[in-house]
Amino acid sequence: MTILSVQNLDVRHGLLQAVRDVSFDLAKGDVLALVGANGAGKTTLLRSLAGAHLPAAGRILLNDQELTLVPSHRRIAMGIALVPEGRRLFSQMTVEENLLLGKTSGRPGDWTIDRVFSAFPNLVPRRHAKTGHLSGGEQQATAIGRALMSNPDILLLDEVSLGLSPLVVDRVYAQLQSLLTSGTTIILVEQDLGRAMGVASRVICMLEGRVVLDSPVKNITRDQVTKAYFGLHRANTGRAAS
Amino acid sequence: MIDTLIQGILLGGYYAVIACGLSFMFSVMRIINLAHGSLAVAAAYGLWLLASRFGISPFAGLLIVLPAMAAIGWLLQRYLLERSARGGALLPILTTFGLAIVIDNLMFEQFGADTRSLAPFIGSLSYDSWELPGGIYVGKLAVMTMATAIALLGGLQLFLSRFALGRAIRATAEDPDTAGLVGIDARKANALAAAIAMVTVGIAGAFLAMRATFDPYSGGPQLLFAFEAAVIGGAGSLWGTLIGGIVLGLAQSLGAKVHPQGFLIGGHVVFLAVLFARLFLVGTPIIGRIGFTKTGFAKIRAAIRSTP
Repeated sequence: MTILSVQNLDVRHGLLQAVRDVSFDLAKGDVLALVGANGAGKTTLLRSLAGAHLPAAGRILLNDQELTLVPSHRRIAMGIALVPEGRRLFSQMTVEENLLLGKTSGRPGDWTIDRVFSAFPNLVPRRHAKTGHLSGGEQQATAIGRALMSNPDILLLDEVSLGLSPLVVDRVYAQLQSLLTSGTTIILVEQDLGRAMGVASRVICMLEGRVVLDSPVKNITRDQVTKAYFGLHRANTGRAAS
Repeated sequence: MIDTLIQGILLGGYYAVIACGLSFMFSVMRIINLAHGSLAVAAAYGLWLLASRFGISPFAGLLIVLPAMAAIGWLLQRYLLERSARGGALLPILTTFGLAIVIDNLMFEQFGADTRSLAPFIGSLSYDSWELPGGIYVGKLAVMTMATAIALLGGLQLFLSRFALGRAIRATAEDPDTAGLVGIDARKANALAAAIAMVTVGIAGAFLAMRATFDPYSGGPQLLFAFEAAVIGGAGSLWGTLIGGIVLGLAQSLGAKVHPQGFLIGGHVVFLAVLFARLFLVGTPIIGRIGFTKTGFAKIRAAIRSTP
């Protein structure tokens, strides 16, 4: 069952066209890994799905509902939550206040502050600390918790491992594991290909704003993704690859 | 001497009331509202009009004027400040400067140069006082002003820290883009903050008009005092604003005690002393280390604006 449908999406930063003619459908419960080099348009794509950046052309449908021009603060109420790149916490506010802000949209569901704290036990002693004073791993946990507080149907995770030590990344993914297997639809951007393919059910590789590879993870090898990542497939197959 | 101190502290209550809206707008919206004083005077004229034309007591008049001020705040943010803020940090300052000129001259055109006061409409409150032991008298209105200042600043602090709407306003102030991503309508949060700020401006206008006289050009000095109180207390800190108001009031009262013309000078001297102390003790290292921070910039701008 298709929950999210992206059709011929173009997104621009002024004159720069960051996302070109991207289309894909996402079924409920899919975990989609979005990979690609820096500047391939992954973050821009996620931001336009979350409504932080409105597209220049194309359509986004959520459960067959037109979403393309809906502003970000209404999209979260419709069930799309983004954990932004660089975490973007409100640094002057405490962990608890950041989590409470996640509830602003008022979507019903079972995520509560206590559940976030049990999912991320490392946050418990920092409950009343300002998020500007937290470690990177704690900040990332708070950012994910804040998105979860809105009880999203689709969770967009943009580079959760950015700026974290490998040990902390392991921890964040361990904490995410229950979420990844719980049937929540997830799109994640991840630089670590092995990790991305380890948790995802499907992988999309972007290159210069276009989708150059879109496949279930089980039908594809790491080598094939690497080739698409660097655009090496073009020499053999021209532009087409999907 | 004790009398001077008590009167100075009570005067500080009035300065805290007028600085409250300025400080709130700066801390949560990063806007320095140079029309602050003029808007307070406009609210005072509103109350005066209701009282003199329709016989409505100024306290009942607040029930009409405060919602009107809230509406003005909402509209100002939506149609003026939000647009000018897109043009950079400097443009809202110029916009409110222009707005102050427009408001002042509209009031002059409408009401003429006569000085007005609400004192005739509040019965004996304008001169009544309580006697403290030791033969010291404190004005009832002055005590009321101080109580209002504490309630207003405390209420705002509570609202910002304990209520979802307050948190939304703070989040929007820090990062409007991310506020949208967590489900906050940033435009609405800012318009609401402006409306709240204007309500406090309305209250300030009422006290201005009850305790003294005003004319169409009274806004300037009020803005100046509000600025001095806000900067002395640390621009953007609500409780600091109360302290700043009291320090300013004390400095003026003590200045007047030293010399008949020392009233304003006393205030200005303390303001400048605090400003330079902060610039040298706190400001400079920050400027040296990470360049001008946003607040560093704003403090300096505030300083330039409010230096007489």
